[in-house]
Amino acid sequence: MAFTAQDYKKGQPRWCPGCGDHFFLASLHKAMAEIGVAPKDIAVISGIGCSSRLPHYMATYGMNTIHGRAAAIATGCKVANPDLAVWQISGDGDGLAIGGNHFIHANRRNINLNMILLNNRIYGLTKGQYSPTSPRGFVSKSSPYGTVEDPFRPAELCFGARGHFFARAVATDAAGTVDILKSAYNHKGASVCEILQNCVIFNNGTHDSVYTKEGRAKNAIYVKHGEPLIFGENNEFGIAQDGFNLKIVEIANGDWKAAGVLVHDAHCEDNTLQLKLAMMDGTNGFPIALGVIRDVEAPTYDDCVTAQIEEVKSQKKYHNFAELLETNDIWEVK
Amino acid sequence: MSEELEIKELEDVVVRFSGDSGDGMQLAGNIFSTVSATVGNSISTFPDYPADIRAPQGSLTGVSGFQVHIGAGMVFTPGDKCDVLVAMNAAALKTQYKYAKPGAAIIIDTDSFGQKDLEKAAFKTEDYLGEMGIDPDRVIACPITQMVKDCLADSGMEVKAMVKCRNMFALGLVCWLFDRDLNIAFNFLKEKFAKKPGVAEANIKVIQAGYDYGHNTHSSVANVYRIETKNKVPGRYMDITGNKATAYGLIAAAEKAGLKLYLGSYPITPATDVLHELSKHKSLGVTTVQCEDEIAGCASALGASFAGALAVTSTSGPGICLKSEAMNLGVIMELPLVVLDVQRGGPATGLPTKSEQTDLLQVLFGRNGESPMPVMAATSPTDCFDSAYQAAKMALENMTPVVLLTDAYVANGSGALKLPNLNDYPAINPPYVTEDMKETWAPYQRNERGVRYWAVPGTEGFTHILGGLEKDNKTGAISTDPENHNLMTQLRQDKIDNIQVPDVEVLGDVDDAELLIVGFGGTYGHLHAAMDEMRAEGKKVALAHFKYIRPLPKNTAEVLKKYPKVVVAEQNMGQFAGYLRMKVDGFVPYQFNQVKGQPFVVAELKQAFTEIITK
Repeated sequence: MAFTAQDYKKGQPRWCPGCGDHFFLASLHKAMAEIGVAPKDIAVISGIGCSSRLPHYMATYGMNTIHGRAAAIATGCKVANPDLAVWQISGDGDGLAIGGNHFIHANRRNINLNMILLNNRIYGLTKGQYSPTSPRGFVSKSSPYGTVEDPFRPAELCFGARGHFFARAVATDAAGTVDILKSAYNHKGASVCEILQNCVIFNNGTHDSVYTKEGRAKNAIYVKHGEPLIFGENNEFGIAQDGFNLKIVEIANGDWKAAGVLVHDAHCEDNTLQLKLAMMDGTNGFPIALGVIRDVEAPTYDDCVTAQIEEVKSQKKYHNFAELLETNDIWEVK
Repeated sequence: MSEELEIKELEDVVVRFSGDSGDGMQLAGNIFSTVSATVGNSISTFPDYPADIRAPQGSLTGVSGFQVHIGAGMVFTPGDKCDVLVAMNAAALKTQYKYAKPGAAIIIDTDSFGQKDLEKAAFKTEDYLGEMGIDPDRVIACPITQMVKDCLADSGMEVKAMVKCRNMFALGLVCWLFDRDLNIAFNFLKEKFAKKPGVAEANIKVIQAGYDYGHNTHSSVANVYRIETKNKVPGRYMDITGNKATAYGLIAAAEKAGLKLYLGSYPITPATDVLHELSKHKSLGVTTVQCEDEIAGCASALGASFAGALAVTSTSGPGICLKSEAMNLGVIMELPLVVLDVQRGGPATGLPTKSEQTDLLQVLFGRNGESPMPVMAATSPTDCFDSAYQAAKMALENMTPVVLLTDAYVANGSGALKLPNLNDYPAINPPYVTEDMKETWAPYQRNERGVRYWAVPGTEGFTHILGGLEKDNKTGAISTDPENHNLMTQLRQDKIDNIQVPDVEVLGDVDDAELLIVGFGGTYGHLHAAMDEMRAEGKKVALAHFKYIRPLPKNTAEVLKKYPKVVVAEQNMGQFAGYLRMKVDGFVPYQFNQVKGQPFVVAELKQAFTEIITK
């Protein structure tokens, strides 16, 4: 049965006009239709925050839960019923501050969840405090003189937690977002998608350099497994290795091989170069990497739990409560 | 049995095995209780173990004890003090002697009372009995270590392995003292060590040696005791701890309801054994997730509940603090969840291995907003089975989190459980949505008992979004409408208030008691024993012991107001008494409160209750 984006839509979103959440929601509806899992077999689970309102606009099963716990709740949901497609929606505060512990452990365990991290580098719902992804020195209501702490870089956290999938898209880039959402679904295991999005009210312009198509042409690189890491308005630049670092090289006459440009390998188990790509932040001439940066197969927790249960079932001789009782030392009083 | 020896009949006897944490005292105690239960004696046991994992050998902090109470009739507690104390080393004698009755027989391994042992146990002289004021005539002083070595000399075992069998020598001696049939112990060991027949054989040999030693020497005691069995209930039995019984009750409920059992948990003393037990039973399809923290334990269970499982999270008081927010989410989303709180001493980390009833108000009221949640409290190790089953049934049929309180005493203590037959247990029928509701259903539509229906993901036609924000009573959409919130608050409260629970039963002098004893949860045995003993002394006393705390049984006010004097006895500062005063107009009870981390002492209860009667 074929589905359309309409089949996943419900209600009228109440985010501020121009909020990145609107763009992302539309892309999610579209991606789900293209993936084709029936709405009844999908659970969309969020925490608290502006972006966590998202499940209310889904015609699927779902929960808009409590602050920070979406990944933990999604974990139980997926393990209890591995047949469900489970999407976890969190903002940068929900996912990386109060929910940071669950974020890293869901990655470490490799639960087959699609973990969406909507990163606008600000607390919106509580009206404008800095978040764990706000840059050092960021001025906000709770940091009027600038923050004195370094931010998390979501990819680094994901990789540090032994994550096997990391992708990035800009909320306004529908094609790029749909593309990584489909890849996240197709990846078996915890799939982290960082969505760069704007907060028009409290952090307007935070991702300006890549928020428009023109901006992305200049300041972003779309990475794709098996393809050379080239970028620029005329594909005139490439990314090459420079000792332990990356460097930008110019490509003459389209001959990227001669320029030593790397070919992206999202499937490489060692995440060293993938991390370097993900860490490029638009400074020092480096573009911001978009697309699927890491996508490595590994056993998923939910599959292993199910497999272990089946294995033990075949080994043990007791399979119901009455039989369980008989495994004890029993005596009879006559 | 030698003829000169007098065989005395006893109503009940308490034996306390004590030694180093690694001395196998629990195994010796378990075998003794099983042997006794097999002949139909009733049993109650309690392990008293240190918080340190492996304190230095022979040190005062490393002593662990295991107390067994066996009786001809019913026994309700592991006993205040013991008739026989087994002390496997000097430190054990030093720390455990306070649990011995004045005339108790004391069995010691003299090989563990050397100079170094005595120093470690902080004895000042070699006259350790004199220092403690123990009459040597009461002591069975036996070189157990040496005798075990001699007994196993031909076994080819290493000395270290031989010495591990010391506990069985002591057990053999105790079995002789109480005229127990060794064959039952032998069978127990053969089964326990089925895969290591050599170990089974060595242990059996040593038990026999201990028994023979007693028999041949009379061990300087005058009597052998026999505990006959009265009023036995025929049937098949097993020895079970409270934590294991809780796990079994949950497994039974899941099977009866036809649901997958999911446990989200984080290790915490004294609740961890429930996680251990459930983790073993994957062949029954039980899914356990050891989460990253207490919060995730509860949160993941709620996710599993949403997905259609019988979801459980297990913890102790500190864990409840962390789970409270997710428990509350369960209240507003109206999803079934069993929250097990095995209470321990608090506040904060408190006394992790000790027992209290101090979480009552926390589980009743320790959440933001109006958060009605049923609370039950298991009354004994074996009652944990029924209580866990009933808690699961209540959660599933009423679409609500339910707290089941046990405590360290009930969780670690054990009793003889008559094997439950699931056919005898009530059906569990969650209020699932039905096909015919498809067109009109909304997430907060309620049945005739005010319970929301359960639409499990995967069901066609019932997609919906739940959440922690207040919802419209009709549409299920987010709502901040004042009237709606007022209504939803009332509906959630009514749902819990309307849950039917059995009346509280009054035991003892139902019609003419001068004093009604009131308690809840794990103190049942001690309060019952206190009542029995007072009645035997001619006093008019009754007991009303509560297992259902929220909602309270319908007859609560009637029972509490029927008697001239009422005392609420609990292991906290008066939490249940305060709750009852809040719920029953004009109820002003006497209180007996003790927070020592140890079970009540029956003698102390009797004294306090007698004082109240004579006031």
